[in-house]
Amino acid sequence: MSERIEIKIDRDMCKGCGICIKYCPKEVLARSEDLNQYDNHYPEVVSADKCISCRRCELYCPDFAIEVKEVKDEKEEKE
Amino acid sequence: MITAEEIREKYVRNHPSPFCPGCGGGMVLNAMSRAVESAGIDKKDVVAVSGIGCAAWIPSPHWRVDTLHTTHGRAVAFASGVKIADRDLEVMVVSGDGDCAGIGGNHLLHGARNNIDLNVIMVNNGLYAMTGGQVAPTTEHDEKTLTTPYGNPASSFEVAEVVKAAGASHVARWTTYHMKELVKEVEKAVDTKGFSFIEVLAQCPTRKGKKEGMTGIEMLEWYKENTSKDQDSEKMYVGTFCDVERPELTEEIYRQIERLGGE
Ligand code: SF4
Ligand code: SF4
Ligand code: SF4
Repeated sequence: MSERIEIKIDRDMCKGCGICIKYCPKEVLARSEDLNQYDNHYPEVVSADKCISCRRCELYCPDFAIEVKEVKDEKEEKE
Repeated sequence: MITAEEIREKYVRNHPSPFCPGCGGGMVLNAMSRAVESAGIDKKDVVAVSGIGCAAWIPSPHWRVDTLHTTHGRAVAFASGVKIADRDLEVMVVSGDGDCAGIGGNHLLHGARNNIDLNVIMVNNGLYAMTGGQVAPTTEHDEKTLTTPYGNPASSFEVAEVVKAAGASHVARWTTYHMKELVKEVEKAVDTKGFSFIEVLAQCPTRKGKKEGMTGIEMLEWYKENTSKDQDSEKMYVGTFCDVERPELTEEIYRQIERLGGE
């Protein structure tokens, strides 16, 4: 059984400030081309494999729109 | 560690907030929620008191604890009443610099002198943001605001130093760039018996940033570049100003009542 990092972005809660993108130490995130319901550019995960699960993005987001979770990989567990 | 979604469910009300994109207000809300969670305090025991201004909206209506949204500058006075009435409550004050150090400056001084067991978080964006960006006692000398278009002829004052001199048990200063330290400091404030004051420099990209041509991120970078944890540095000091034991007001009041045979 292994643990996988999941970065959850709540697009419609995001105000597009870009703080998470700026303070991610591993450049995991980038600004989206698309807009959310409030016309904001939300972050997108571009290099998930680089994420070190430091949760800085989550600590710095003023709007609770991004979170990083360590989830158990159930698929592997079954194998 | 609590996740953003858990914070949202447990501690945040009326989300998304009306704060501008990149405003430091949401970061303070994030830090306070994490601190209360890791200090292991039941949020039913927390009362948050605020006055008027953008920062006053951080707890009311956006923090899911009992809140009192009071008049401009009077948060410390109302909070003192709450604490004296029920000492078991963890009383937080969240107030902007204009509200806390300007309009409510006298309440702040006497709250510190009384050393009443409150946790005051002064969210300092350097001006009166909600009303359009007028000069505040925290606006730097020469800085341009809506009401000082040629630069502030007066000087700002070091609120943390003033509160320390007035007798508070615990005084500290951080910025929204220092989120980890801020969470720890709020936890420490909650643990302190006596007046705790934390100044948090928090970016206002709308009223202050636009005037200076800076985004929220650039303001966070400014905090990073221009502050230091070293007290001897030329840069602005961030860290603890004092952490001392002094008689606390409500304890003294209740001791007196006991001595006089009251209940
Ligand atoms: S957890 Fe750290 S490394 Fe991963 S996306 Fe967030 S800030 Fe970047
Ligand atoms: S910090 Fe939060 S609000 Fe800002 S861009 Fe990232 S997810 Fe959106
Ligand atoms: S005006 Fe400034 S302090 Fe008020 S919500 Fe907007 S950015 Fe925040």
